[in-house]
Amino acid sequence: MLIKDIYDVVVIGAGPSGLAAAIEAKKAGARDVLVIERDVELGGILLQCIHNGFGLQTFKEDLPGPEYAQRYINEARAIGVEFLLDTMVMDVTPQKRLFLSSQQYGYFALDARAIVLAMGCRERTRAQVRIPGMRPNGVYTAGTAQRWVNVEGYMPGKNFVILGSGDIGMIMARRLTFEGAKVSRVLEIQSYLSGLSRNYVQCLQDWDIPLQLQHTIKRVIGKNRVEAIESVAVDERWNFIPGTEEIVPCDTLLLSVGLIPENELSKKAGVLLDPVTGGPFVDERFQTNVPGIFAAGNVVHVYDLVDYVSIAGDTAGMNAAKYALTESQSEVDYIPVKAGRNVRYVVPHKLDRRALQRGDVQLQLRVTKPIEEDVWLEVRDENKSIVRRSERYARPGEMVTILLKPSMADAVREAISLTVDVYPKAEA
Amino acid sequence: MEEKNFICTACPMGCKLIVRMEGEEVVKVLGHRCRRGETYGRQEATAPQRMVASTVKVLGGLHPLLPVYTKGSIPKRRIGDVLSAIRAVEVKAPIKAEDVIIPNVIGTGVDVIASRDMPEKE
Repeated sequence: MLIKDIYDVVVIGAGPSGLAAAIEAKKAGARDVLVIERDVELGGILLQCIHNGFGLQTFKEDLPGPEYAQRYINEARAIGVEFLLDTMVMDVTPQKRLFLSSQQYGYFALDARAIVLAMGCRERTRAQVRIPGMRPNGVYTAGTAQRWVNVEGYMPGKNFVILGSGDIGMIMARRLTFEGAKVSRVLEIQSYLSGLSRNYVQCLQDWDIPLQLQHTIKRVIGKNRVEAIESVAVDERWNFIPGTEEIVPCDTLLLSVGLIPENELSKKAGVLLDPVTGGPFVDERFQTNVPGIFAAGNVVHVYDLVDYVSIAGDTAGMNAAKYALTESQSEVDYIPVKAGRNVRYVVPHKLDRRALQRGDVQLQLRVTKPIEEDVWLEVRDENKSIVRRSERYARPGEMVTILLKPSMADAVREAISLTVDVYPKAEA
Repeated sequence: MEEKNFICTACPMGCKLIVRMEGEEVVKVLGHRCRRGETYGRQEATAPQRMVASTVKVLGGLHPLLPVYTKGSIPKRRIGDVLSAIRAVEVKAPIKAEDVIIPNVIGTGVDVIASRDMPEKE
């Protein structure tokens, strides 16, 4: 393949957000769109997510991860997106020069008029949740085990305990059961599920795998290989409750304790990160603080459903193409978007005052705690309500959205700031 | 009257359903927010269905395994049999997404199909 010196749009990462961004950039008129992927094939983590449940929004079908990815891969190829596989992006500058390394082409550089960051996220590891005890073999993140079992054909153990009720952990509980392993229990330190309820039903309940809420691991036992874990109940402040310890024999411990946006490259490019999400501060076009550098998907904040990741990719890709084709942008007057009551964060972090004149803007947020009763989701300017809608509940494991519409353009244009609250209707 | 509790999985919302039963008959579904939820509640209380996803061995492929899934739902109680049938199969690369790997698996009327393209190993 002939590598050009400069591309209209370069996308880093060929997962769902990167593929969607590349397709939309091409559709929006970008002349050349290059996707750079470190793996030897396209699709990203979807390729190891062989369970169904993807695409219900996008395709109105219940698809497994690889099939969902395949549709985007086919479309990207058909529309003329270019790809560099097996290639690592080593560095990105604020001037949008990328330094790359691959076995085939060696170390080289190229320039982009616009960049879409689509590197996704990483799993939190044992070191990041500080599990006491010994350090034997047999402690893995759930996603690593997923790759081994579903793609590479290795079983990491026979008798599992899973720490954390994240989606990947629950899905692996079922998957390992299918492959003949025993999953004795799932421990969750919080008082509520951290993944989706459908995964609790189909992955744990269906297979009689107990979920112990407000439980964690006091220590890992085993010299060379995991032999057992000691579980313990915790109080609301996560303190161990003496006398509740239990030795649970197992040979493998999987961790499903959260995901962190992967932004090492973003930092090199001068992109500022939100300490709450771990991802870039973005506006409603998913542009970062560096002009012409956009970000989409789990690199911005961790989504619950891939369908929304693809939509974010669409937005970032289209706007990256627009930026590349004009190579400049008029001054933008931004309104800050803030997390209010019971809200952990809101994306986008800021909004062009005139954004609603161009169309809808979806605010995406996560709540701080579960509220299992009717709630209002409300956007306000100081004390003035702009829009509110109701939901039957709000849970931290599920992303919440609220749509700003062109009919609200006047109120938003005059706003000092936008704050999003989620609160029980009873407190209204 | 008996009540069964389910969490609806027809969509990511996860409504908490209460299904009122009179023997084997569903009398009423409560707690759903859409028609799919009512259908799910009735189905789950009488004849639960699931899609199944797993892998089969693939020879000469980029990876040693090919992900596959049932093109539709099958009875929940037959998941074990479907998995056994899937485990017995071995295919050869190249494979195209949606290629039929096992037609009408164990007589359920549902095909097991490939979840992705599997190119040959270079």
